[in-house]
Amino acid sequence: MRNPGLVDTRIITVHPPLVQFCHWLNVAAIFVMVGSGWHIYNNVPVIPGLTFPDWATLGGDPDLTYKLHGDVGFGNALLWHFAAMWLLVFNGLIYVVHGFVSGRFRRKLLPISVHGVVRDVRDALTFKLSHDDISVYNSVQKVLYVGILGVLGLIVLSGLAVWKPVQFQTLAALLGGFQGARLVHFLCMSAIVLFVIVHVTLALLVPSTLVAMLTGRARVPVAAAPAPPAQPIRPTAEQ
Amino acid sequence: MNMAYRPVVSPKRPVAGISQDTVTDNRRTIQRIERRGFLRGSLSLGALTLLCGCDVSNDRSVQSALLAMSRWNDRVQAFLFNPKRMAPTYTDAQVRKPPRFNAFYSIDDVKPVDITTWKLELAGLIADKRPWTLDAINALPQVTQITRHICVEGWDYIGKWSGVSLGTFLQRIGADTTAKFVGFKCYDGYSGSIDMPTALHPQTQLTTRYADEVLPDAYGFPLRLRVATKLGFKMPKWITALEVTNLNPGGYWEDRGYNWFTGI
Repeated sequence: MRNPGLVDTRIITVHPPLVQFCHWLNVAAIFVMVGSGWHIYNNVPVIPGLTFPDWATLGGDPDLTYKLHGDVGFGNALLWHFAAMWLLVFNGLIYVVHGFVSGRFRRKLLPISVHGVVRDVRDALTFKLSHDDISVYNSVQKVLYVGILGVLGLIVLSGLAVWKPVQFQTLAALLGGFQGARLVHFLCMSAIVLFVIVHVTLALLVPSTLVAMLTGRARVPVAAAPAPPAQPIRPTAEQ
Repeated sequence: MNMAYRPVVSPKRPVAGISQDTVTDNRRTIQRIERRGFLRGSLSLGALTLLCGCDVSNDRSVQSALLAMSRWNDRVQAFLFNPKRMAPTYTDAQVRKPPRFNAFYSIDDVKPVDITTWKLELAGLIADKRPWTLDAINALPQVTQITRHICVEGWDYIGKWSGVSLGTFLQRIGADTTAKFVGFKCYDGYSGSIDMPTALHPQTQLTTRYADEVLPDAYGFPLRLRVATKLGFKMPKWITALEVTNLNPGGYWEDRGYNWFTGI
């Protein structure tokens, strides 16, 4: 007999090791890409007047870097950006292929209904949204996760157009030319930074999600989790 | 509804057979240890980037790793470069006049080239190394392009450049076009180099005129390089010498860590 009022729970794997690995590697990749991207951006801002503070950028202290390399860190920022892009792209590819092949995307991110999103947004704003079972994403999470995957795809494509506007001129033209691609690249970065702020804030508000991404495991209500496979009955001595 | 989940272990929970629990527990422990090692590896990479304020960029080993990646990117870009793909062209009405000034110093510090003594010197794997005068260069077949000039910093403009195709010039002087690099030296101390496939691209040009006028002093008079498939810093101005070689001559910004190939 269980204590009345308390619901039975069990620990399950919510994030397989590959997903955890890709997630944290992606954190590093995004960190380097955004930091170096801000340094590159500061030379010729896409939005006139909007620049990022030096301390938040990656590329090195301007004075020291000038002394060492004869450049204020712009060259370094480019080196960081064009090194970390491989990490971002290949890590992302592994994650996306795994997501499709394993069925994780379909299982975790679908279906998304307008009704569900409206309901969950309303519940979230009135602090009624349940976080009891973090292995199941609510509609707002689904929309944000699908959205950020799209944004990451677009930032890679726009980055390709900025990097190679002649070799990939059709792609560049689709994005509005070289400056259009720069703008798209900048807007995608803004969306990612915004996502990171929201994502980290919510993870800190519901710390079990953070623990789950660190350990892969989470405690969930038994009813919500798929039933464990029945234990096979051991052959006994009577045979 | 009370939804306070926490571990509930019934005192009446039946104790299962000895072996099952032990094996399971140990397996989990082993898995957890492996996972921690995995995580520690990825977190330390993240921690490295957190040091950016403390100048991880200037750490010697980090620098050499970044430069190794840059050499890899050179190879990838050489692979992506399609010698038959032309940069988009534009109309006369879109041409920016005057072009945008750019150098590693300000426009007030430009030292004009004295054309009475100027010659284009030739060096390296070239059959006929006699220097060229501007008149002799102008007597060669002329080409014109209206293309987009893009700077590594992010700005761009459409310009109209005329001169002799570098491919034509290299053939005329008997250059070994199987060599890997074409290098340039400039009057202001600048230098640069490009790969041979790019040098032979139809939109790579030894430029003597901008927007149908002789190049102004501030924009490279008497001779500059125009490459429609590379960023601006790959196009030296005020050129005084051209070299064909198999040893990468590097360049002013390239020697300061900028990516060498820098194709677009």
